[in-house]
Amino acid sequence: MALAKRIIPCLDVDKGRVVKGVNFIDIRDAGNPVEVAKRYNEQGADEITFLDITASNEDRDTTVHMVEEIASEVFIPLTVGGGIRRCEDIRRMLNAGADKVGINTAAVFNPDFVREAAERFGRQCIVVAIDCKRVSADGEPGRWEIFTHGGRKPTGIDAIEWAIKMNDYGAGEILLTSMDRDGTKNGFDLDVTRAISNAIPIPVIASGGVGNLQHLADGVTEGHADAVLAASIFHFGEYSIPEAKAFMAAQGIEMRL
Amino acid sequence: MKTIAVIDYGMGNLHSVSKALEHVANNQRVVVTSDPDVIRQAEHVVLPGVGAIRDCMAEIRRLGVDKVVQENIASGKPFLGICVGYQALMQDSEENGGIPCLGHFDGHVRFFGDPLLDEKGEKLKVPHMGWNQVKQAHPHPIWQGIEDETRFYFVHSYYVEAANTDQVIGETRYGKTCHVALAQDNVVAVQFHPEKSHDAGLQLLKNFAEWDGKTA
Repeated sequence: MALAKRIIPCLDVDKGRVVKGVNFIDIRDAGNPVEVAKRYNEQGADEITFLDITASNEDRDTTVHMVEEIASEVFIPLTVGGGIRRCEDIRRMLNAGADKVGINTAAVFNPDFVREAAERFGRQCIVVAIDCKRVSADGEPGRWEIFTHGGRKPTGIDAIEWAIKMNDYGAGEILLTSMDRDGTKNGFDLDVTRAISNAIPIPVIASGGVGNLQHLADGVTEGHADAVLAASIFHFGEYSIPEAKAFMAAQGIEMRL
Repeated sequence: MKTIAVIDYGMGNLHSVSKALEHVANNQRVVVTSDPDVIRQAEHVVLPGVGAIRDCMAEIRRLGVDKVVQENIASGKPFLGICVGYQALMQDSEENGGIPCLGHFDGHVRFFGDPLLDEKGEKLKVPHMGWNQVKQAHPHPIWQGIEDETRFYFVHSYYVEAANTDQVIGETRYGKTCHVALAQDNVVAVQFHPEKSHDAGLQLLKNFAEWDGKTA
């Protein structure tokens, strides 16, 4: 009897459609989010994450309605990230049916927001998203820095120290994305995943770079991640969730089959 | 039409619980409410809850939900506690420096510990977050149609240690043996989130919605 490692398909949503960027830039359409979420639910996904990459507020209403629609039909945990800047944003998403919210840029500019949100809503629903890039040269000990604005702006903040701080401030979970790897299909940055997972007591979700099923397994066995997140390998039908689970279970990873 | 009342005391996400109950309810309406009269008239009552126990207990007492819970349990109608709504039914919790709870069940809510270690001495993450297996320690109507050791979705940093093991109907190992489901007469309470546990969770909620509150 043991806790299962989780597989989390991620839906990047823009103006009510699922899209997937390559290195956070190119966009490709992957369908209606409600249909996609239902499909993953039926396939046995352990959770579903939505990243609202919409810029404007009126389009954000579309996201709220989408979450409402999904939450009345999909009975597994739902996380919504993107544009979460104030407690009202969290309240709105939770009322729409989200179970957790992802806080990213707002945490970087105002870490106290994480503390306030955790106190008000409970740390179980606060996922702090960390977007980082490796800044150390080859051969040097690994160093990673937090980047904002879709990976364009460096902050000078060390990713591991930041993860420790976010745990202290009340994060319930860390969603760790390697911006170097995102969209590349070269696999997770296992070094930073392992370093952060080993440094904090809360669960870490590995994200960015999955191109095949071995990458998912490596995230757990080598990266010590508690959950693995992927988008395009599932959206475009290369692999199904049951295939991914069976593959990981065959490598001795505890899965919910 | 019969009613399932989900007690609203301002804590946490009641949307999921009510939506999941609506999904399985058969000729029953689901009402999210803090009105004692509505709750009194309902045939089934659910006490959900997420967040910190101090805030939950403070709201429960401020809104008089403690008395509503007591009264509805005493009336013999089926009553379901979920997550912090379960922990609130114990005597007390170690969270927030020690908080007295409603004391419906004998036993305590304890911290998982730091570090929390598994059988091999490896560190486990806290909160206990994700899908874990539940051993059905005693038979109960809510387990109907659910296989033993089925996985349910958990999120919690504190776990229940019940004093009376005869009341334990579900157990999970996570560094410790956690009593994740308790039952006595018309009351059943679970640590995991049936409303987020896919088919097995919906089956459990359906079993509850159809239950008459009797175990014999």
